Amino acid sequence: MSQLVIQDLHVSIGDKPVVKSVSLTIKQGEVHAVMGPNGTGKSTLAKAIAGHPDYTITQGDVLLDGRSLLAMEPDERARAGLFLAFQYPSEIPGVSIANFIRAALQARLGESAELDATGYYKKLYEKMDLLKIDRKFTSRSVNDGFSGGEKKRCEILQLAMLDPKFALMDETDSGLDIDALRVVADGVNKLRTGQLGILLITHYQRLLNYIVPDFVHVMHEGHIVRSGDKSLALELEAKGYAWLKKELVHA
Amino acid sequence: MADTDILETQTAAASSVAGIDQSVGDFKYDVKYDFDAGTGLSERTIRYISDVKKEAPWIREFRLNALKTFLAKPLPTHWATRDLENLNFDKIRYYLSQGTKPKRTWDEVPADIKKTFERLGIPEQERKFLAGVEAQFDSEAAYSNIKEVVSKQGVIFVNSSEALRTHPEIFRKWFGKVIPTGDNKFSALNSAVFSGGSFIYVPPGVKVAHPLQAYFRINAENFGQFERTLIIVDEGSELTYMEGCTAPKFSTSTLHSAVVELVALKGAKIQYITVQNWAPNVYNLVTKRGLAHEEAEIKWIDCNIGSRLTMKYPGVVLKGRKSRGEVLSIALANDGQHQDTGAKMVHAADETTSSIVAKSISVGQGRSTYRGLVHIPRRLKGCKNNTECDALLINTNSRTDTYPAITVRGQQHAVQHEASVSKVSEEMIFYMQSRGLTEAQAMSLAVNGFVNDLVRQFPMEYSVELKRLIDLEMESSVG
Repeated sequence: MSQLVIQDLHVSIGDKPVVKSVSLTIKQGEVHAVMGPNGTGKSTLAKAIAGHPDYTITQGDVLLDGRSLLAMEPDERARAGLFLAFQYPSEIPGVSIANFIRAALQARLGESAELDATGYYKKLYEKMDLLKIDRKFTSRSVNDGFSGGEKKRCEILQLAMLDPKFALMDETDSGLDIDALRVVADGVNKLRTGQLGILLITHYQRLLNYIVPDFVHVMHEGHIVRSGDKSLALELEAKGYAWLKKELVHA
Repeated sequence: MADTDILETQTAAASSVAGIDQSVGDFKYDVKYDFDAGTGLSERTIRYISDVKKEAPWIREFRLNALKTFLAKPLPTHWATRDLENLNFDKIRYYLSQGTKPKRTWDEVPADIKKTFERLGIPEQERKFLAGVEAQFDSEAAYSNIKEVVSKQGVIFVNSSEALRTHPEIFRKWFGKVIPTGDNKFSALNSAVFSGGSFIYVPPGVKVAHPLQAYFRINAENFGQFERTLIIVDEGSELTYMEGCTAPKFSTSTLHSAVVELVALKGAKIQYITVQNWAPNVYNLVTKRGLAHEEAEIKWIDCNIGSRLTMKYPGVVLKGRKSRGEVLSIALANDGQHQDTGAKMVHAADETTSSIVAKSISVGQGRSTYRGLVHIPRRLKGCKNNTECDALLINTNSRTDTYPAITVRGQQHAVQHEASVSKVSEEMIFYMQSRGLTEAQAMSLAVNGFVNDLVRQFPMEYSVELKRLIDLEMESSVG
């Protein structure tokens, strides 16, 4: 069984430590939600695991099926089975979604093999049907002029097509109204087939009403301060982050 | 025949070890030249070239006058880059050939030269989709052929010397008229030492279904290639012409200085497509201009990849009422390269329309410059111009400049100018890398996306070729 192991991870942006000793193990098929107030290191954790060049890992390790990711370039990590769904996905003018995903799949085959175009489009249309995405969508340029909801749908379609072992979903709910949120959550739920492990980063409990996590972790000032099941998220919702801060001071 | 062992340059060998084919054109075969004008430029050089070509006295006079003009004109460094001063005209070889008569079949082409063109895929392309091909190797065409169906329509497709010898009644009238010798220092140089190039005549009412293609190959070191092209498309006719160019990478500089004149008579359409992939030591200083008569249309598609310095501003003189001119230009300046490109549109009749879309990409230390000239005089009515220039910067050191000169007088014209500069950000590259694309693949995709709306207007074969060249350039820029 695949697993993603985060071991005593410390991450800095410039000289500033942001993530301080986070350890977490995600197994295939599990959904782990990481919650916490803004600026507490949740997104930094996701981006550092994916290999963003602005983030320095100062201590610890991240292992995918026992293999350290840290020496790998971001694209090698992706090809090893990691996927980062962005909070703010980049726009790529002039490159259609269909061509972009095709290039990403081709990159996994290397130069010797050519991706089978017929098979590719068959799979693409299957996934689009599954996620209830209109056929016209994939001829548009990647994220170019997209609404918040369209950007997130584009991320979910890529996730479906690239078949990673683990997906890091960074604030997938941000900027979405309730209808868009439901559509995106439905998409993620359809991809929960027992194969995919998910690290779901969110500020709000509301996303967890739609994507029900197996585990909930609360981050505060760079640490995971609480872990539990989905009831922890509800407790947090009821009492607010202020409650947590108070508890931590008294602890 | 000479030794046919392949001489890979060091860089090519090194990069193939790294698994990256940095430049498809970077190879050379050793060739023995029967005709060599020696090094440097003087009246003797001109007389030698003219003798080898057995030219008529008027052409010799034309050349000698052009030499005087060339020597009298200063380098245009008051507006252009001072890198031009690094050109040493005394160290260049101005004429090298194995003979002046091109072969009509590939089997007759000498083995060493044939191998070069086979490696560049020319005979294969010819079979697939071309109406005719001329393959120039240094100073002369080694191969020239036009498909029988096209020649039966009365289309003439030969090199400059042959055209002026066998069809002076057609070509002399326009030769040097669209671009006079004294237009600029390099048009004067070309007029003095021109050799090779394509002279084409399409008779009235003939639509040439497939493109004619010329391929220009520089093989020799310290060499200057000066092809001369003149295309006359008669009333109501249509032609697409494509040219490709490559050279091996030498440590010394190579000069490519062509003159291309187009004449579209009443209602004619000419589409002229260039995809060049010069080695990074080539000075590419080319003058290209078309003359559009009434209701005629001239379209330049100009893709500049490679070279040390390219200075090229394809233009259209809109001489006849309702004529149209269009330039689509793509320039990619990699490290150590300067693409100084643009377009000129001179409106000289009522209701003329011109359009310029220029896209430049600067990578690393690469520098791109756009220069545009649009001229609409006061006496005209109902002229339109649309200019759009977009620059894409990759890495922070790259530089881009835009010098649009738009002169519009009178009240009854419509002119639009748009410019934009965008950047491939680190964030965008990271986004694409996080999907599994390497850094080079990500940059290549960003560049292809940037030029995509232009490339879609190209013939398929050329858009595929351009994409491949962009991929190779991006591979080499990441290293």
